Amino acid sequence: MKVIVDQVKCVGGGQCVIAAEEVFEQRDEDGIVVLLDPTPPPELHDAVREAVMLCPAAAIWVEDRA
Amino acid sequence: MSIPDDVLVAGASVGGLTVAEALRRKGYTGRIRIVGEEPHLPYDRPPLSKEVLTGTWPVDRIYLRGQDRLAELGVDWVLGVRAERLDPHARTVKTDDGRVLPYGALVIATGLVPRRLPGQPNLAGVHTLRSLDDTLNLKRELQDAHRVVVVGAGVLGCEIAAAARTLGKAVTLVDPESTPMARQLGVELGRHVAAMHEAHGVRLHTGTTVTRLLGTDGRISAIALPGNQIVEADVVVLAAGSIPATRWLDGSGLDLDDGVGCDASLRAAPDVYAVGDVARWPAPWTDTALRLETRTNATEQALVVADNILGADRLYRPIPYFWSDQYDTKIQVHGVITPHARTRVVEGDPREGRFLALAEDGGVVTAAIGWNNPRGVRTARRLLGHETNLITTTD
Ligand SMILES: Cc1cc2nc3c(=O)[nH]c(=O)nc-3n(C[C@H](O)[C@H](O)[C@H](O)COP(=O)(O)OP(=O)(O)OC[C@H]3O[C@@H](n4cnc5c(N)ncnc54)[C@H](O)[C@@H]3O)c2cc1C
Ligand code: SF4
Repeated sequence: MKVIVDQVKCVGGGQCVIAAEEVFEQRDEDGIVVLLDPTPPPELHDAVREAVMLCPAAAIWVEDRA
Repeated sequence: MSIPDDVLVAGASVGGLTVAEALRRKGYTGRIRIVGEEPHLPYDRPPLSKEVLTGTWPVDRIYLRGQDRLAELGVDWVLGVRAERLDPHARTVKTDDGRVLPYGALVIATGLVPRRLPGQPNLAGVHTLRSLDDTLNLKRELQDAHRVVVVGAGVLGCEIAAAARTLGKAVTLVDPESTPMARQLGVELGRHVAAMHEAHGVRLHTGTTVTRLLGTDGRISAIALPGNQIVEADVVVLAAGSIPATRWLDGSGLDLDDGVGCDASLRAAPDVYAVGDVARWPAPWTDTALRLETRTNATEQALVVADNILGADRLYRPIPYFWSDQYDTKIQVHGVITPHARTRVVEGDPREGRFLALAEDGGVVTAAIGWNNPRGVRTARRLLGHETNLITTTD
């Protein structure tokens, strides 16, 4: 799984961090998403897919091939 | 309970799309049809009153998913078509193009329509903002406008006022409450919102209501406030709340008293569910059923409904969340600011434009409010439900 984030669309709510804190973090100054792990291990895939759906800015997506 | 052969969704926006995505993610292979009145593929509304109105984003950035991802979902999109009548006994939905669509399970995700003013005359230059088309119309008219009046200083009205100021317009903001965003934040924090708009040059008329819209040759020219006060306007935006889009459900037998009444699992009738702004459900923190009009509520409800369609019986028990962006300020709220809550700044300083506040009711923290403090407010979520006397102020 390859995770992609769009920092321009991100609105800094941190729903991604709540869903998968091993994969996402927020910048301190403005809360914009920081991708900690672009290729998370299989046990985190479910949490990442949850983050994709919960993100209120549609700023995260995953590519399965790769 | 058996899993339905097919799912029909009314409303092709974030709530409806997320139900479909969650169903597929759980392995659902049945047919999913989504009927949407707007001709557009699902797009996101929050940027409309922010980046789209100010023109800082190209419009195509607001679409929720790219074409390829939508294609992978395997959904039949029925767009530009209105659901017009529900027959829950026959299990069909009639559409305005004459189709009768049967369903195994139905999801109602039709959102809201802007409220009109009582006795509102039809005048050019008077706008509401809910959809992409509304936004593009308003944006076009703002180009040549100088004086803009925004009626209603909730989240939407405040954002529109901020966008219009950012575009250099002379802006007046009118609201019956004593401060802007009083219903969302309480008046204590609402005062900071008022100060922010005044610092940006917005003229605020709080504690007052617009008595009349005045027109010349069929076009808006001014609004009237009590005491014969007249405020001239080239454009007026009505942001005085919205009402659930449930007219199409009249006669269906569903409980339609302010939205679609649901149980704690978001079920409105056998195999009929509601999600998003239109859904009223018994919120666990009060004894009244209510609706939430926020972006994350729509997605979180959609995840619960997808599970329940597949035979689960999940209750919807969220920690509510909303945000608003105005000028360069981001306001974020996790939790519920109850009507009797007091709010207290616990970190940072409103005068410096960055702080964390807690709402407290009955000795318990009910909400964390961040003002330009996204990480701080997210971390403060862990304080929700805790006793307030255990939390110390940093300064
Ligand atoms: C301008 C704006 C800014 C916002 N900003 C924020 C923000 O900053 N933060 C936040 O938390 N929330 C914000 N929100 C709220 C958030 O966008 C909504 O909570 C969310 O869109 C609700 O999603 P929904 O799917 O329930 O309904 P909607 O997004 O309203 O979608 C309902 C869809 O159903 C369609 N429909 C209606 N009737 C029918 C019918 N009979 N047949 C077929 N289709 C029908 C409508 O055309 C619409 O496309 C904002 C909303 C607006 C309008
Ligand atoms: S959930 Fe989405 S919008 Fe929120 S911080 Fe993460 S990427 Fe940004």
